[in-house]
Amino acid sequence: MKIGLVLRELHRSESDLAHELLQVSDRHKVDHEIFYVARDLAAWSQDHVREIAQVARDYGEELDPDADGEGGVATAVRDRASELVGRLSIPGLLLLRDLREVYVKASGVSVDWEMLAQAAQGIKHTDLLDVTARCHPQTLRQVRWANGKLKESSTQVLVS
Amino acid sequence: MVTSDRIGEPWGARTPYGRGQQWPVRVDTYLDAGVSPPDVDRWVQTASILHSNGDAMDIAVKDGRIVGVRGRGQDRVNHGRLGVKDLYGWQANASPDRLTRPLVRQDGVLVETDWDTAMDRVVGRTKELLDEQGPSAIGFYTTGQLFAEEYYTLGIVAHGGIGTNHVDGNTRLCTATAAEALKETFGCDGQPGSYTDVDHADVVALFGNNMAETQSVLWMRILDRLAGDDPPAILCVDPRLTPVARAATVHLAPRPGTNVALMNGLLHEVIAHDWVDHDYVQAHAVGYAELEARVADYPPDVVARICDVPEEQVRAGARLLGTAERLLSTVLQGFYQSHQATAAAVQVNNLHVIRGMLGRPGCGVLQMNGQPTAENTRECGADGDLPAFRNWSNDAHVKDLARVWNIDPMDIPHYSPPTHVMQMMRYIEDGSIRMMWITATNPAVSLPELRRIRSILSQERLFLVVQDLFLTETAQLADVVLPAATWGEKTGTFTNADRTVHLSEKAVDPPGDARADLDILVDFADRLGLKDKDGEPLVKWHDPESAFEAWKECTRGRPCDYTGLSYDTLRGGSGIQWPCNEEHPDGTERLYVDGRFWSDPEYCESYGRDLLTGAPLEPSEYKAMNPAGKAVLKAAEYTRPHEMPSEQYPLQLITGRTLYQFHTRTKTGRVPQLRDAAPEVWVEVSAHDADLHGVDEGDLAEVATPRGTVRARVRVSGIRSGVLFLPFHYGYWDTPGGHEPAEHGRAANELTITEWDPASKQPIFKTAAAALRRVESGDGRPSAAPTTTGSAPVRGHVPATRGGSSAAVLEDVPGSTGGGR
Repeated sequence: MKIGLVLRELHRSESDLAHELLQVSDRHKVDHEIFYVARDLAAWSQDHVREIAQVARDYGEELDPDADGEGGVATAVRDRASELVGRLSIPGLLLLRDLREVYVKASGVSVDWEMLAQAAQGIKHTDLLDVTARCHPQTLRQVRWANGKLKESSTQVLVS
Repeated sequence: MVTSDRIGEPWGARTPYGRGQQWPVRVDTYLDAGVSPPDVDRWVQTASILHSNGDAMDIAVKDGRIVGVRGRGQDRVNHGRLGVKDLYGWQANASPDRLTRPLVRQDGVLVETDWDTAMDRVVGRTKELLDEQGPSAIGFYTTGQLFAEEYYTLGIVAHGGIGTNHVDGNTRLCTATAAEALKETFGCDGQPGSYTDVDHADVVALFGNNMAETQSVLWMRILDRLAGDDPPAILCVDPRLTPVARAATVHLAPRPGTNVALMNGLLHEVIAHDWVDHDYVQAHAVGYAELEARVADYPPDVVARICDVPEEQVRAGARLLGTAERLLSTVLQGFYQSHQATAAAVQVNNLHVIRGMLGRPGCGVLQMNGQPTAENTRECGADGDLPAFRNWSNDAHVKDLARVWNIDPMDIPHYSPPTHVMQMMRYIEDGSIRMMWITATNPAVSLPELRRIRSILSQERLFLVVQDLFLTETAQLADVVLPAATWGEKTGTFTNADRTVHLSEKAVDPPGDARADLDILVDFADRLGLKDKDGEPLVKWHDPESAFEAWKECTRGRPCDYTGLSYDTLRGGSGIQWPCNEEHPDGTERLYVDGRFWSDPEYCESYGRDLLTGAPLEPSEYKAMNPAGKAVLKAAEYTRPHEMPSEQYPLQLITGRTLYQFHTRTKTGRVPQLRDAAPEVWVEVSAHDADLHGVDEGDLAEVATPRGTVRARVRVSGIRSGVLFLPFHYGYWDTPGGHEPAEHGRAANELTITEWDPASKQPIFKTAAAALRRVESGDGRPSAAPTTTGSAPVRGHVPATRGGSSAAVLEDVPGSTGGGR
């Protein structure tokens, strides 16, 4: 059985997504909706990491329940930088790049959840299936958010 | 006939009536001193332009001058009554400081000029930008105070002519969430209920709607029901002790930012007690299982902790809602301008769907509007949506609109949702929007975080056009200022919060060279040479009535069908509710009778959004979710507000309005009775917080948030503890600073946060962390805040708000024999 492997990979990709969302939030402080919603979405991924770590114990995996967040000086520097470059047109391009990254990473997480759910059904582990049922829909919402924001932002950034 | 000081008694004398009876007529009249009704030369038909209630009235004209107003007794909306602002507000039209000539910026200062010079400058810059960058360089920001004909013209010029996606109205600040919540649940904008539901309801629930001050004539209707036989029970959700709260059977005063938790708790109880109309839900809704699962997490004890409301009050409120035979709910800014705005407003819709309380007398939802013509901003496309509730993500709708406008569908930008005003500000900030045309609104006072807004609008690289009546704070920053005519000086139609369409006729000429907004927009289209695909002028109308006829054609077959209306049918009698067409020649009182909705995937205005992330649903997702066009029950989890109180900012600030002022006081601040009733900014503090922070009634205090500070006199009021209230009306046009603080801030929006609801894009004015400190003692002099309203004092000797002899209003109840008093 390779459930542990999938859980480890999911734990890594979900932690990475949480980190990415926080970074995107911090980089785009002057794009207020991005700033706030990306933080909310990062919190979902952090919750998922906790759930994964907890259920992983049943499969002999010791995983860190805390997603790799950050704060402090690094964040403060990025906030200030975000404000300074906010009046140039380059941040628009950075935003598109960042949203694309979130979209790709969240899609990867989504696929990982898909695999885990398939495995959980195969071995009839309802606890594991419940975790995927709770978390995977939120991952899909993260994907749709990144996609929607990309659609909304692309035209102005690319034609102006 | 009685005389009443309506500053001191804003709702006038009671005319009680019982459940199911006709609301009695009471005709309110206010005329200039020395004028009596027989002296009036002409009475000219119109309706209120200072709030969303749509009270019908006649303007009194004598010697070519407006000399007063009288309510229209035959109108379905107000049965003759008028609100405080309408009775006195008309005097602002004749203010000596009206703009009478166009202004252009020359060597840094605004100087008077003629229309040709001003318009050539606007048209010249438009052409330059279209050549250099294209339509993405140009944005339009309009209002909730123009007429339908004007919005429709603005919509075709911006969307169909210039081809920009950057179109919004200040309805974004007041009513965007109403529209979004209706789209989420019913697939389409359009007010389900009717004001006549007040006549039949046994429970009226007001969610964040201080109706006594925002729609004061509808509140008179409720007061008259409360004074009559078989009165309704009132549920009030509001952190302030408003007149509504004082009249309530149950008053819930939640912590700001927790509305979704409260609504989920109420729904939890309705479902737990099985006060659910399962047959209705089964036949007419999708999403019940999800809603049931979501609200299961919100039992009353949990909700009581989140909202800081006693658990038994949550239960009592839910019992009222759950056991009502005929439930009328209204929703306004307490929900729309707070954290999780759309999610909270949608839960009120959910309540009505699961209780089967729609489309019958007394069973209605009123997702209220703030401004008088906000409904038209939404339906005519001036808020960025496509006109007549067409769906921008449905290609067939875009194609149909292109047919109406006789242009290519590709000429209508529909690749993404329209750009809302806060995003436009961001695009101005990053330099990609380079021209902004603002009509009849004042973002330099009304948008959040004013220091930021002023800095954005003052940028050299922005070409700013402002069209208004007065040199507002925003106009002072403009490159071109266009003087506009207002209500009473031009003809057009507008629609109130319960879909009632009124005709508003020109009574007098505008001052100087001021022109109707319609004329200015048509002139712009002509000078720019906007053409349809046959080379004919894109805008094919030149006066209000032909514009109305064009708008009617655009609405044919759509939910807001105007085709059965004309200026003639609107003249003389009562206002008429849309849809009005061959099938419904007398209009339509209630929508969604028998659970029939406009939510079919091919017909609906919107496929909806994720309530938390704001991501639009794809057409295929919507079709899978709601193939048969039912109501959509959308559940939402509560999330904490993003700015929570801290050690440094221990309180929560909410902003709002007072009965006596409108918007940024451009009109009401120039009317003696209204100006004096609420002459200066104040801050409301609970008695508990006043003691805790060492302030008392009348003290000068400073309110601070991470964005700035405001100084205001303290009013110790019945507001809940932990919360401060500031009215948002007070800017700087009547201070030495002109458009900005000379020394200390007084505009509430110095303090508000730049954040908006991701679904409706409505800014959040009612959830900010704040600090309070005393600056100096008031030495016993109370604050000047009104005593008659939500700002009523709870301690100290505060003289009552009065209007005196210059505020005497005649109230005539036909058939009664009242004497003067």
